[in-house]
Amino acid sequence: MAHVVLIGNLRQYTGDVTALDVDAASVRQLFRKLGEKFPELAPHLEEGLAVAIDGQIYQDALLEPIRPDSEVHILPQIAGG
Amino acid sequence: MQERVKKPQFDVVGTRPVRPDGVDKVTGRAKYGADLKMAGQLVGKVLRSPHPHARIKSIDVSKALALPGVKAVVTSKDFPEQPSEFIPAGEGVVNYRDMTNNVMAREKVLYEGHAVAAVAALNEKAALAALDAIKVEYEVLPHVIDEMEAIKPGAPILHEDMITTGVTPPPTKASNISKRVEFNLGDVDKGFAEADLIVEREFKTKAVHQGYIEPHACLASASEDGSAELWVTTQGHWVVRAYCAKLLDWDISKIRVTSSEIGGGFGGKTVVYLEPLALALSKKAQRPVKMVMSREEVFKASGPTSGGTVKVKIGVKKDGTITAGEAEITLQAGAFQGSPVQPACMCAFANYDLENVKVVGYDVVSNRPKVAAYRAPGGPISTYGVESLVDEIAEKLGMCPIELRLKNAAKEGTRAAYGPKFGPVGLIECLEAAKDSDHWKAPLGPNQGRGLAAGFWFNIGGETTVSLQLNEDGTLTLMAGTPDIGGLRASLCMMAAEELKVDVSKIRPIIADTSSLGYNFLTGGSRSTFSSGMATVDAARSIVKQACGRAAKLWDIPEEAVTFEDGMIRPAGENAGKHKPMSLSDIAKVAGKTGGAIVGYAAISAQGAAPSFGVHIADTEVDPGTGKVTVTRYTAIQDAGKAIHPSYVEGQYQGGAVQGIGWALNEEYIYGEDGKLQNAGFLDYRVPVASDLPMIDTIIVEVPNPRHPYGVRGIGETPIVPPMAAIGAAVRRASGVRFFELPMSPPKVLKAMKAAGKA
Repeated sequence: MAHVVLIGNLRQYTGDVTALDVDAASVRQLFRKLGEKFPELAPHLEEGLAVAIDGQIYQDALLEPIRPDSEVHILPQIAGG
Repeated sequence: MQERVKKPQFDVVGTRPVRPDGVDKVTGRAKYGADLKMAGQLVGKVLRSPHPHARIKSIDVSKALALPGVKAVVTSKDFPEQPSEFIPAGEGVVNYRDMTNNVMAREKVLYEGHAVAAVAALNEKAALAALDAIKVEYEVLPHVIDEMEAIKPGAPILHEDMITTGVTPPPTKASNISKRVEFNLGDVDKGFAEADLIVEREFKTKAVHQGYIEPHACLASASEDGSAELWVTTQGHWVVRAYCAKLLDWDISKIRVTSSEIGGGFGGKTVVYLEPLALALSKKAQRPVKMVMSREEVFKASGPTSGGTVKVKIGVKKDGTITAGEAEITLQAGAFQGSPVQPACMCAFANYDLENVKVVGYDVVSNRPKVAAYRAPGGPISTYGVESLVDEIAEKLGMCPIELRLKNAAKEGTRAAYGPKFGPVGLIECLEAAKDSDHWKAPLGPNQGRGLAAGFWFNIGGETTVSLQLNEDGTLTLMAGTPDIGGLRASLCMMAAEELKVDVSKIRPIIADTSSLGYNFLTGGSRSTFSSGMATVDAARSIVKQACGRAAKLWDIPEEAVTFEDGMIRPAGENAGKHKPMSLSDIAKVAGKTGGAIVGYAAISAQGAAPSFGVHIADTEVDPGTGKVTVTRYTAIQDAGKAIHPSYVEGQYQGGAVQGIGWALNEEYIYGEDGKLQNAGFLDYRVPVASDLPMIDTIIVEVPNPRHPYGVRGIGETPIVPPMAAIGAAVRRASGVRFFELPMSPPKVLKAMKAAGKA
């Protein structure tokens, strides 16, 4: 299972859970499973979040694959100027 | 210029051809936002609030509409109310209620210059007369400008429904703090307990404007059938289309947006101000409407970046090992929520490989124009604090500032304080380049000092579409959708030329309009050369594949038996038969008879962006009689991944450094007690000009990004991150005084030097 770390303010929607293991093969599956486990988090998963899989940051990449041994961080989306 | 570039492996990439848009720009032929004209166009003007904070009791436009030559007036009633919800769009998430209320004030005006109404008239005189004839009745309210004043109990509240998020339990009363964010790594208490030296300081930065020379401008033409065209200076015309469609409740398909040439954006042209007003006026008047901001309007009503307060605490061992870093960052959002406090927090300690970090940030509204993105939004502010403190620690430990940074520098495998581990990054290479540079070793004169600082930016990819068509004569036309601000068209043509092995001058690029190409996210986040480059390479490879397919048909052999080498299409081997190699031009001539035009098209969501680190060295001379700081030598060193066109990479390094120098030494929004901006013009808001500056030297470091076909990293934002701390460190050594507030303008420097007995 992928090890998932929630960064920043997301803990307020998960009862202070900041890390957990999730069986998900893609970002879409990960979001769905996190949304099921933490219903308050679900709407925020669609709002400006990025996902770092093994260090590489992905944005708007629901279909990006996740390996079983991946380390996944969910963090604020990055923009720029 | 010094380059630390590997031996060129490419024919075109890494060379310096003349930019395809250069002649038009130096001859004045290039069309910027205000240059387009249409028959029958009207002049649009905006009535703006004279008050920093007031309730709008009534607006009477009847007298304005009755004036000769006045064709239309719009107020907030012409824009549908939007719910307060955060929706992914443009630069991350947006709140359309805030956006529409910023474009046109509804119940309250929240800053001096806030739009209240807009008019369209036959000429400027009539438009200005119409503005005078609009009667607005205000109930003036108390205002607050400074972010630290805005969070004090009893401060005037801007939004009665603003409840701070990120706080448990949620507050029950409204405040000016939109949100609190927190990032943690390890255990800072443990880290500080391990430290031999702990230093803690508070830093202040002022709001500064992006300072683009070209003001906001657009021309809108709405048709009776509900469709509309818009020509606009913008960093992202698909984003403009989406925002305008939402604010006006129009179909996206009915709005066609064309981006003009752009005279600077730096993040400030990623949002809308005039555009929805011009479209609404044009729809009402049934004539084209052109709107151009004055410089005063640009300063008062378009987004600067945040000023802020940054408290930093760093613990370090005697040998220079940093054991913990902690920061509290409070940023101005302007009148509506949404400062860059999150990236400011994430950037704060990104230069370092630390085990224990805690950063807390606050997003604070006050009666200022809503901030907009500005080059590495938030990063320069937090980095100024952290890098300044690292310099002070180096001084206290008696260590070389480069060696202290090398001891703690982020590298591949470092876990950033915001969570993920870095892939290959080039900070150590930049620090080594600084140490080896002539600049670092050069002697200094009297009253001179040298400083150094590092900086970081994430960089992004995103939605991108490119079309590349092989013309009948073998030349190519490239259509991209990310507005070209700093040499993009040249860089894209070079990557296409490298792939296709054609002369780069045979490829003519354009920036296509929103109805001619699939969706493109804006030019921002240092993404355009990375993302549009990736799409260009895909499109070029598609052309090669199609051309090989045509040759296979002509030769009656399988497509797999055809190869593309050295710019020629050839049989893959002797078994494929003896056929005369064909060039792309040969294929182009017969394209129409072998299946039709050959067009490479790539629509991607570019992933794999890689961060860029930089290190700047600044020499300053401080006049002890006046406090004036002169930058006498400056070197910007940065990892580009791969410099496609080194001149434009150098241009980005130089431009970012100069904007940072302005931020450090002169630029600031100055408000009076009345809450009004006192320096809304380039005479009083002092940006550095060429005569103020030395040549900005550059060193390009290249640690390739493995996720890009040519190793490209974004490079446009990092160069504005290190300058303020680098100059602060240089001023410290030149004057003997350490400063904790920007700008380090002559009166402040002189006062501090006198207080310290140095002047």
